[in-house]
Amino acid sequence: MEKKYTGLLYIAPWLVGLIIFTIYPFIASFILSFTDYKIIYQPQFIGFSNYIKMFHDQLFWTSMFASFKYVVLTVPLKLIFALFIAMVLNFKLKGINFYRTAYYVPSILGGNVAVAVLWRFLFANNGLINQFLGIFGINPVPWFSSEYPALFTISALRIWEFGSAMVIFLAGLKDIPQELYEAAAVDGATPIRSFFKITIPLLTPIIFFNLVMQIIQAFQEFNGPYLITGGGPLYKTYLFPLLIYDNAFKYFNMGYASALSWVLFIIIMIFTALVFRSSRYWVFYSDSDEGEVK
Amino acid sequence: MVNLIENRNKNFNLRQNSDYRKREIKRTINSAVRYTILSIGAFIMLYPILWLIGASFKTNSEIFTSISFIPPRIDFTPYIKGWITGTQYTFATYFANTFKYVIPRVVFTVFSSVITAYGFARFDFPFKKPLFGILIATLFLPEVVTRIPLYLLWKQLHLLDTFVPLYAPMIFANQAFFVFMLIQFFRTIPRELDEAAIIDGCNSFEVLTKILVPTLKPAIITVALFQFMWSMNDFMGPLIYISSVEKYPVSIALKMAIDTTEGNFAWNQIIAMSLIALLPSIIVFFAAQKYFVEGIATTGLKG
Repeated sequence: MEKKYTGLLYIAPWLVGLIIFTIYPFIASFILSFTDYKIIYQPQFIGFSNYIKMFHDQLFWTSMFASFKYVVLTVPLKLIFALFIAMVLNFKLKGINFYRTAYYVPSILGGNVAVAVLWRFLFANNGLINQFLGIFGINPVPWFSSEYPALFTISALRIWEFGSAMVIFLAGLKDIPQELYEAAAVDGATPIRSFFKITIPLLTPIIFFNLVMQIIQAFQEFNGPYLITGGGPLYKTYLFPLLIYDNAFKYFNMGYASALSWVLFIIIMIFTALVFRSSRYWVFYSDSDEGEVK
Repeated sequence: MVNLIENRNKNFNLRQNSDYRKREIKRTINSAVRYTILSIGAFIMLYPILWLIGASFKTNSEIFTSISFIPPRIDFTPYIKGWITGTQYTFATYFANTFKYVIPRVVFTVFSSVITAYGFARFDFPFKKPLFGILIATLFLPEVVTRIPLYLLWKQLHLLDTFVPLYAPMIFANQAFFVFMLIQFFRTIPRELDEAAIIDGCNSFEVLTKILVPTLKPAIITVALFQFMWSMNDFMGPLIYISSVEKYPVSIALKMAIDTTEGNFAWNQIIAMSLIALLPSIIVFFAAQKYFVEGIATTGLKG
């Protein structure tokens, strides 16, 4: 009888934390989103006003579009690089650990503020990137003065961090039995055909997982634009989390900021749901739990 | 008769040899292509870091005229000036501040996550399924949606501008990622081990501390290392909660120092400062790289 609750006892701290640090603020921000709350005064209930206000807020649309462009640019490129390098690495090579580490370093360090600061120097007018382009006779690109180059600089920072997605892909590739490829080769399949008919289908659960995680993260990107472009030029890289941050912690418009964060939350949920929904058409789960096909 | 068999064997061996050689050539070409791609890729990935390290030793004019990373001379002045930072404190203060919340975060995370994971991995209890579902759901919950009420909560408790908001949630295993990761590791340990210990008279807590924790040591180290890295990287947390300069951690101090240095165009100094800020993470990564790679691979989580 006592045994029945032992487990609950062990998870009790987590459960308490879940209520205080997750469920309570989750509900509170929803309620706050219907208030006018300027932090020094008491919150006033104003119904849907915050949500209506957004539609007339030019900056809301600008930063919403910027975030979408950023996600569309970053997530696919990051996953393609991750999968490609994982494929190349998935072979009995000497010194494989060296390469694995080399590609992995950026994703561990890349989150650091220092890297974002250094990033600006790479893309400066006479920075490494422009000097490198100069070798091929390409004129220096003014990276920070127009929309897409500026967006690219912040995307590039996260694409550069493809290492952790790559390590996950690599673990998945190692689980694909070599016999499948051998059998396919005997049947006359070309390597390209094997890639699309064996590798990709068996890897779909991992692609799916990476896709969801990367979308969630990309929509919440803050450090890159805050430190590299400052949202400029002309708010073109002013991603949505910057808008939320400014409203919450610069203007202390807690009600409006809460409404904005709920909009972002719902957008992320819609995308996650779409990926989950579509997954039934393209994710292939093998029968056994271990994800092995025998 | 014996001769005949020997002959046949010889022929067979020869044929196998030529097949083997063909395959060997194919393999060599294959590896060569792979090495080429990997080396070019790694070079592109890592050259910017090299170039920046070199740039910290160069003068301003040299930084922006040379693609080579090799500085003409080694001069530590930018580092010495960078350490002083140009603000009223040196990096020593900022590093001390950083460790004041990074270390509690790591310690609390390890303890609370191990205990929670143990509960989920080894016991049956009422509502286990829905609770586990919630744990997984919080993995996907965007932090942005809870940030404002949490800020208001800490404000109400008069704990703004202290390190408490940065580490208190970790007392309660608030990062589902680590709990989930440890559950995965717990599942690899056979339950017979626990049962044997119970027969020997251990209670369930002793099973955890005497049997499971020693077995899980590599996993626990992985958790600690990831939490260390992510806490060092955390920018938003201190940006919101820490407002007085004497409490600034490295991440915020660096941003401030750069804002004040930028007017002087001392680029090498800014680069040196950033590299100083990055140093603990670099050291920890290279000292323990296998834990990082394996940690990610076994859970298949987080990017």
